Amino acid sequence: MNEKVLLLDDEEDFLEAMSQRMGARGMEVRTTTYPNEALKMAEEEPFDAVVMDLMLPEMDGLQVLQELRRINPRLRVILLTGYATAEKRAEAKNLGAVDLVEKPADIDILTHRIRRVGGNRMEQDTPEKGDEGRLARKL
Amino acid sequence: MNPGLGIREGAALHFFGKMSASISHEIKNVLAIINENAGLLEDYNLMAERGSPVGPGRLKALADTIMAQIRRADAIVKNMNRFAHSVDEEKRAFDVGDILELVVALSSRFASVRGVELKMRPRSERLSVVSYPFFLANLLWLALDFAMGEVGKGKTVELVAEKSGEGVVIRLTRLEALENSPDAGFPGEREDALLQTLGAGLSVDHGEGRVTIELPAEIGP
Repeated sequence: MNEKVLLLDDEEDFLEAMSQRMGARGMEVRTTTYPNEALKMAEEEPFDAVVMDLMLPEMDGLQVLQELRRINPRLRVILLTGYATAEKRAEAKNLGAVDLVEKPADIDILTHRIRRVGGNRMEQDTPEKGDEGRLARKL
Repeated sequence: MNPGLGIREGAALHFFGKMSASISHEIKNVLAIINENAGLLEDYNLMAERGSPVGPGRLKALADTIMAQIRRADAIVKNMNRFAHSVDEEKRAFDVGDILELVVALSSRFASVRGVELKMRPRSERLSVVSYPFFLANLLWLALDFAMGEVGKGKTVELVAEKSGEGVVIRLTRLEALENSPDAGFPGEREDALLQTLGAGLSVDHGEGRVTIELPAEIGP
C-alpha cells in the first residue's frame, strides 16, 4: 500500500522536486502552495500524512496545522521548515505535529519519518534498501 | 526586550533581527530547492545505472532550476550585504530610492506571507539626501509593516518616492482600509524616535488611504 502524502509549501520548485522524489519512493503525493486548498484537499481526500512549511502565504502555519487536525484528528502532520524557534516547536507539538524536520532535509530521513508516523496503519518501516528497489522500479 | 536600550536603539535591534531571520529563512528555502534538485540528479543517475536513462530535457530542466535558485540566492545575499553595510557610516549622502528598493526587497517575504502585493513606482531621478540610511530603512519598514497589516490579504501597497522642494517625499498609497481605523496607533513611540533622528515628518491620511514621509535634503549634526 502506498502512503498518501500531501505536501504544502509556498515554493513551487521545491514541491516539484520533492514530489517527484517521494513519488519515486513509492508514495502517492499531492501538492499545493495554498493553505486553503490544502485544507479543502484534507477534507475531501484521506491522507496518511501532511508535510508542510510553517511560513506560508496568507495563513499562519500553526493555524493551518490546527485546522488540519480539526478536520482529521488522526492526520499525521510533519513540519518541514527553514527554522523554528523553541517556542514555535513547542506550540507545534502542543497542536499535534508529530515531527519537525529542518530544511534542507535528507529525503531518506523524511521518508522514514513519514512511514514511521503512518506505521500503525501500514506496518512498514523499511527505509533505504526497499526505497532503492522501488525507486528503480518507479523511475 | 532589551533593557537599557533607548526606544530608537531597541527598534533598530528588533528591525535588524527581524530582517536577518527572514533572510536566513529564505536562504534555507533556496538551499532546500537546490538540495532536492541535486537529489533528483542522484535519482536519475541511479536509474541510468539500472538501464533506464532519462532524456536530456529533464536534465536541462534540473540545471535551469538550480541556476535560477543560485541567481535568487545571489540577489538575497547582495541585499543582505547592502542591509548590513547600511550601518557602516551613521550619516552619509545616499539615494532614497535605493533604500526604498532595499526595504521593499527585504519585505517581500513578509508581504507574501500576508498575501499583500508591494508595487514600487519607478523613479525618474536621483533622490539624494544626507541622512541616516539605516534609520530611514527602519522607519520605512515600520510604515510598510503598518500598511501591510492594515490593507490585509489580496490587496496592494504602492510605494513612490519623489523630490519635494529641497527634500524627498515617500508615499505609501492604496491603503483604503485606513478609513475604517481612524485610531490605529501609528505612528507610535518607535516611529517618533526615528522621525526625530531623521528630522522627518510623517502623516497618515485616513480618508485618502495614504502614509506620507517627508525627509529634509540634509539633517543637522
